Amino acid sequence: MADLEFPIPKYRDYPEVPAIKAGAMAHSRPHVASEKIQEALGYQTKLAEDWQVTHDKAIGKFGELLGKYRSLKVFMDSCVHCGACTDKCHYFIGTNDPKNMPVARQELMRSVYRRYFTLAGKMFPSLVGAQDLTKELLDEWYTYFWQCSECRRCSVFCPYGIDTAEVTMAARNILDTVGYGQKYTNEILGKVNKIGNNLGLPGPALENTLEGLEEDLKEDTGFDIKYPLDVQGAEVLLVTPSADFFAEPHIESLIGYGKVFHAAGISWTLSSYASEAGNFGMFDGDYEMMRKVALRIRKAALELGVKRIVVGECGHAWRIAYAFWNTLSGLGAGANDPFAIELQKQLDPRYKQPSHICEFTWDLIQQGRLQFDKEANDHRIITFHDSCNVARASRMGDYPGGQFEIPRNIIKAVANKYVEMAPDTIREATFCCGGGGGILTDELVEARIKGAFPRMEALQQVVDQHGVNFMATICAICKAQFTKVLPYYGFNMRLVGGVHQLVSTAIRLGNEQ
Amino acid sequence: MTLFFAILFYLATALFVVGLAYKIYDFARTPAPLSIPTTPAPTTTTGVAFRMTREVVLFESLFKGNLWIWLFGWLFHMGLFLVLVRHLRYFIDPIPAWLLFFQPFGKYAAFMMIAGLGGLWARRFLVERIRYITTPSDHLWLALLIGIGISGAAMTFVSHVDVVAVKAFFLGLMVFEINPLPAHPALIIHLLLVALLLILFPFSKLLHAPGVFFSPTRNQADNPREKRHLAAWAAQIEKN
Ligand code: HEM
Ligand code: HEM
Ligand code: SF4
Ligand code: SF4
Repeated sequence: MADLEFPIPKYRDYPEVPAIKAGAMAHSRPHVASEKIQEALGYQTKLAEDWQVTHDKAIGKFGELLGKYRSLKVFMDSCVHCGACTDKCHYFIGTNDPKNMPVARQELMRSVYRRYFTLAGKMFPSLVGAQDLTKELLDEWYTYFWQCSECRRCSVFCPYGIDTAEVTMAARNILDTVGYGQKYTNEILGKVNKIGNNLGLPGPALENTLEGLEEDLKEDTGFDIKYPLDVQGAEVLLVTPSADFFAEPHIESLIGYGKVFHAAGISWTLSSYASEAGNFGMFDGDYEMMRKVALRIRKAALELGVKRIVVGECGHAWRIAYAFWNTLSGLGAGANDPFAIELQKQLDPRYKQPSHICEFTWDLIQQGRLQFDKEANDHRIITFHDSCNVARASRMGDYPGGQFEIPRNIIKAVANKYVEMAPDTIREATFCCGGGGGILTDELVEARIKGAFPRMEALQQVVDQHGVNFMATICAICKAQFTKVLPYYGFNMRLVGGVHQLVSTAIRLGNEQ
Repeated sequence: MTLFFAILFYLATALFVVGLAYKIYDFARTPAPLSIPTTPAPTTTTGVAFRMTREVVLFESLFKGNLWIWLFGWLFHMGLFLVLVRHLRYFIDPIPAWLLFFQPFGKYAAFMMIAGLGGLWARRFLVERIRYITTPSDHLWLALLIGIGISGAAMTFVSHVDVVAVKAFFLGLMVFEINPLPAHPALIIHLLLVALLLILFPFSKLLHAPGVFFSPTRNQADNPREKRHLAAWAAQIEKN
C-alpha cells in the first residue's frame, strides 16, 4: 500500500451531503493513449497542432452523435437544473468536487451544445450558460468525463431519466475522434481485437492455465472437473471476463462455474477466439468498436455450434450481453432478418439467450439438480454488493428486479449467514465500486479510492453491526477495484469475492458417501 | 393596443406551435440505437405507459431523488395544470359542465403554483449545490412564471377584469376577428409575459415537457433478449 498524497475520506455520523470544494479533483487525469494505441483502433493518433482543426472535428462529431442518439439529444435539451441528481454520484460524495455532480458533469458538454446547436446559446451565451469549445474546456472534459464510471445512479433519480453515462460516452467518443484517447481503455481494446481477451492472454497460455486449474482441482476435490476449450458441439459456450482466468478472487468463481457444470452434467466450452466477456467499446460509446468486439462471440458460437450462451460474473459485460448483443450481433431471440436468424436458429429457444451464469445456476437449483452443504460457508457472514451495470442496466429472470433477487437467492441457497447493507445503497440505488467504466487504472487511484467511499461507509456499518466478513459481488471490475481499495479503508482485501465462490465452497460434486 | 396584442398573439402562437412541433419531430426522428431503459423497467408497452404516467403525474423519480424539490415542483406543476384547465374557458364556448365544475379549483391553484415557484426559487439561493448549477436563465424563468401567476391572481382576487371581453377577444382571434381587449394593467402584464413564455418555450429548458416522453431510459420496454432493436444507421453497418 503506497503512501498517498491525499487523505482517505472520513465516515460521516449522518449521511449529510458534503459542502462543495471547487476544483478538488481538477488535477485528476488518466494517461493519454499513445499514437500506436490510437492507430490500432483507427482513431486519430494525436491532437492536431492547430486547435481550430480539433475544434471543428469535435463539433462535427458532436453533431453526428446528436443525429444518431436520441438519448443524447433529448438529454441535452431537457435538463432543468432541478438539482435532484447533485448528491447522487459517489465521485461527488467522495471528492466534493462540484464538477462531479452529474448535472455539472453534463453541463461541461451541454454548454457546448447550447453554444453551437441552439438559438438561445448562439444569441445569449452567458444567459443560458453556453460556452465556446476551447482547449481548456476540452482538457476539462478529459478530466471529468474520466471521473464518471457510467454507473447510471444519477439516472434513477432524474425526473427525465437523464443518464450521465450516455453523456460521458458521447464525450469520450468525441475525445477519441480528435486524438485524445485514454490509454487504459484503448490499450485493452487493442488487445481484445488482436488476441481475443483484455489481458492479452494468447490461446496456448490459456490452455495451460486451464490445465493447471484442472490438476489443482483434482488434487483438492478428487473430482475431474474440466475446463474445456474450443470443444465443437458443446451444449454451452461460457464467455467470461478474462480476469477470471487468473486474478484473485476472480478465479474462485471460475472454479465455481466449472463445479456447477460438472455437478449438473452439462457439456460446455470456453473459446480461445472469444475468451473475453468484457467489452470496453461501451465505455467510449463507440458503437462500431463495441460491435466489432461482440462479433467475436457470435463467430465463436457459430463455429462451435453451441446451443446456449452463458456469461460469467461481470457487470458491464452483462449489460452488453443482455441489452446489446441482440442488436450488435443478433445473439438473442425474436429477430426476422437473415443476419440474426443465422445464429438464432442454432440456439435453443427454451433458454434465455444469452443467460447469466446466475440465471443458469439458479435454474439448476430450482430444478433440484444441485445439492449443497450450506454449513461449508458458515465461517462467512455475507453481504451482497449490487454491481451498477447489472442493477440499473440489465435484468435476470422473467420479472423486473430479477437481477437483485437471483444472486441473493443463490447466496441464501448455499450459505446460512446473510445480511443486507443499508437500503439506500443497494439494489437500484446501489453505489458503484468506484472503478467501473474505464477508471480501473493506477493513475486514477485517488478518484477510485474516494469514489469507493459511499460503499465503504455502508460496508463498515454491517461489519460493525453484524461482523460481515465477505462481500459477494458479480463483477470482475468490482472485484479488482475492491481488492485494491479495501485496505485503504482498513479492511482485508480478501473481504470481496464472487457469488460462485460461495457456490464453489458449498456445492456437492458427486455421490459422496 | 388591441391590434398590437392581436398581432403579438398570432406571432407567439405560431412560433410556439411551429417551434414545438419541429422539436418533437426532431426528437422523434432521431433513432435510439440501443436498448437503455434504466432498470428495473417494465417489460411490456403497457408497463411503460404506466411508468410514464407515474413520471408525468406524480414525478416518481424526483420523489425518490429529493423530497423538497419534489414537493415544490409538484405543487407548482399541479397548480399550473389546474390553472391552465381553468383557462380553457377563454377559448371554449359554450363552457362544458366539467369545466364549470373545475373553475373554483383552478382559482385557488394560483396559490399552489406561486408557492411552489417560490420554494423552487428559494432553493436556488439557499442550497449551495443548486446555486452552483443555476444559470441566469433559470432565475428568469422563475421570475417570468411568478410574474404571470401574480398578475393573474391580481385580476382574480384584487382588481377584476372584464373576462367576458377577454374571452370575446380570444374567440375572435380564432376566427380572424378583432374584438376590443380591456385595457387593464394587470391583464396587459399578464398577456405580455404569457406571449414571452410561448415564444421562448421551444428554445429553452421547457423542452423537458416533451422531452420526458422521448427519454429512452424511461420510454423503452425492457425486452432486449426477446426483440431485436436495430436503428436504420446501425442496420447499414451490418450490410458492409
Ligand atoms: C409533461 C409536462 C411536464 C412535466 C412532466 C414536467 C416536469 C417537471 C419536473 C419533474 C421538474 C423538476 C422539478 C421542479 O423543479 O419542479 C420541472 C421543472 C420545471 N418545469 Fe416542468 N414539467 C412539465 C411541463 C411544464 C410546463 C408546461 C412548464 C411551463 C409553462 C414547465 C415549467 C417548468 C420550470 C420553469 C421548471 C424549473 C423549475 C426550477 O427552476 O426549479 N413545466 N418540470
Ligand atoms: C392567452 C393566454 C391567457 C389569457 C388570455 C389569460 C387570461 C387571464 C385572465 C383574464 C385571468 C383573470 C381571471 C379572473 O379574473 O377570474 C387570469 C388569471 C390567471 N392566469 Fe392567465 N391567461 C393566459 C395564460 C396564462 C398562463 C400560460 C398562465 C400560467 C403559466 C396563467 C396563469 C394565471 C393565473 C395563475 C391566474 C390566477 C388564477 C385564475 O384566475 O385562474 N395564465 N388569466
Ligand atoms: S453515471 Fe454514475 S459516475 Fe457518472 S455521473 Fe452518474 S452517478 Fe456519477
Ligand atoms: S436530476 Fe435531471 S433534470 Fe435535474 S439537474 Fe439532474 S440531470 Fe438535470
